[in-house]
Amino acid sequence: MHCRNDDTQGEPSPDKGRSSRRHFLSQLAALSASLTIAAPAARAASSKERSRPETPDPEQPESLVDIVLKVNGQEKPLKVDSRVTVLDAVRDRLNMSGTKKGCDHGACGACTVLIDGKRVLSCLTLAVMAQGKEITTIEGLAHGDELHPVQAAFVSCDGFQCGYCTPGQIMSAVGCIYEGHTRSDSEIREFMSGNICRCGAYPNIVQAIKQAAPQMKRAVS
Amino acid sequence: MRAFQFKAATSPKDATGTGTDTVFIAGGTNVIDLMKLDVVKPARLVDLGPLSFRGIALDSTGLRIGALEKMADVAEDPRVAKEYPVISQALLKSASAQIRNMASMGGNLMQRTRCGYFRDTVSPCNKRVPGSGCPALEGENRMHAIFGVSDSCCATHPSDLAVALVALDSVLKLQGPQGIREVKLEDFYLLPENTPDREHDISPGEIITEIFVPGKEWARRSGYLKIRDRESYEFALTSAAVALDLDGSTIRDARIAVGGVGTKPWSLPVVAEALKGKAANREVFAAAAEQATEGARTLSQNGFKVPLLKRTLVRVLCEVGGVA
Repeated sequence: MHCRNDDTQGEPSPDKGRSSRRHFLSQLAALSASLTIAAPAARAASSKERSRPETPDPEQPESLVDIVLKVNGQEKPLKVDSRVTVLDAVRDRLNMSGTKKGCDHGACGACTVLIDGKRVLSCLTLAVMAQGKEITTIEGLAHGDELHPVQAAFVSCDGFQCGYCTPGQIMSAVGCIYEGHTRSDSEIREFMSGNICRCGAYPNIVQAIKQAAPQMKRAVS
Repeated sequence: MRAFQFKAATSPKDATGTGTDTVFIAGGTNVIDLMKLDVVKPARLVDLGPLSFRGIALDSTGLRIGALEKMADVAEDPRVAKEYPVISQALLKSASAQIRNMASMGGNLMQRTRCGYFRDTVSPCNKRVPGSGCPALEGENRMHAIFGVSDSCCATHPSDLAVALVALDSVLKLQGPQGIREVKLEDFYLLPENTPDREHDISPGEIITEIFVPGKEWARRSGYLKIRDRESYEFALTSAAVALDLDGSTIRDARIAVGGVGTKPWSLPVVAEALKGKAANREVFAAAAEQATEGARTLSQNGFKVPLLKRTLVRVLCEVGGVA
């Protein structure tokens, strides 16, 4: 079953979507900078502190470790505190902010990534324990300008409103399709229950997964 | 989160040679959460992941599961789903797909209670700070236990898997500084009594290496029913694991354990005994379920669990027993 905007299926136009989103975000950033010059403390508390990894304890220098993370096919050497999660490592050290921090306690699914092809929660995965494994984030799904079938399906099915949970939803959907849990709407809902959407885009997310599943199977075979 | 030393175990000795300030990590889904909450504060964190306690093996004696196997892999194993359906069903009703991909079987059995006072370091909690008190006994206790409650603690044991495994008379293999030993899973979990901080029959440096489930007749005809506030990704209000050995429509033997209601996974041998030799029908199941909540101690907000548990039992017994 196809969703509305089927005309985008033949030739997805990610550039258009991306550039307008970028433009919007840069405008927003400029606006927010001008507003928050007067209140730098508030800005730090609202946007930066939540996602900053814990700073190393100077009395515990041995907790700093050299690691190599393989993210989206690229090996990234890092010196991290052993407390740093994969989520904080990719967002704050590797500057890939696609993976989102929601609850930071494994309850919402916003931080979902694939590790060795399986969907997992990056907020509950220590970076030191992810060495030697293949980490795939939302940034690693598209081939250049060509969206991954699940990304394209989320666009054409309008599988989001605010978009904050979307990278996690998409990564989880990719895992769900790999696992073969897309045989019915109720099965999709059950196996996607680890991804919370406060906007309530669930019906369209289910439609997007139904649309993408056969396309992914064709791509694999 | 407080700083800790991290070590990836390269041999079981790396784990078993450690002391009381060490916490083991496998999937990390519970321990990292609790470390972020400052409830668990290890000086050393030892990753058991590189160890070889893996594999799912079935033979005529039973089922052996390596403690490091992931919940998802066990749940999706077709042999487990066919021969031990209650285990597969309990796993699939646990947590979310992501967490099941991460969490190990041994770690699931070691997970801590979801009691809000335990998880909130501002509150007193006898389990977290022995002697500090239990606000749940007079406070928010809708999710709390009705079995095994003491004047020190009423926190519910959270694992669905443990309920299924207790019902099937499972045995844990443990390895530690003193060697290897086996303990029945039901006895592995301790009642809170006056020491709710002691939850398991396990010593510092000991790790779970294997779960053994006997291959009895009743294992194959088994099932798990979980009743929750929402349909998925939620802990149980009540749950029941039942296993029936039927001779035609006569119940030869039965095993029953319940979850969401006990300070440990709660087996109900009285109910199982009441079913033996009887015909499998709704009236028999209902009469047996009436005995399920004898001795229950309800709190201000969780009295609803008494009738709910009986109905949970009757429904899953009907489903597993093939009674319409």
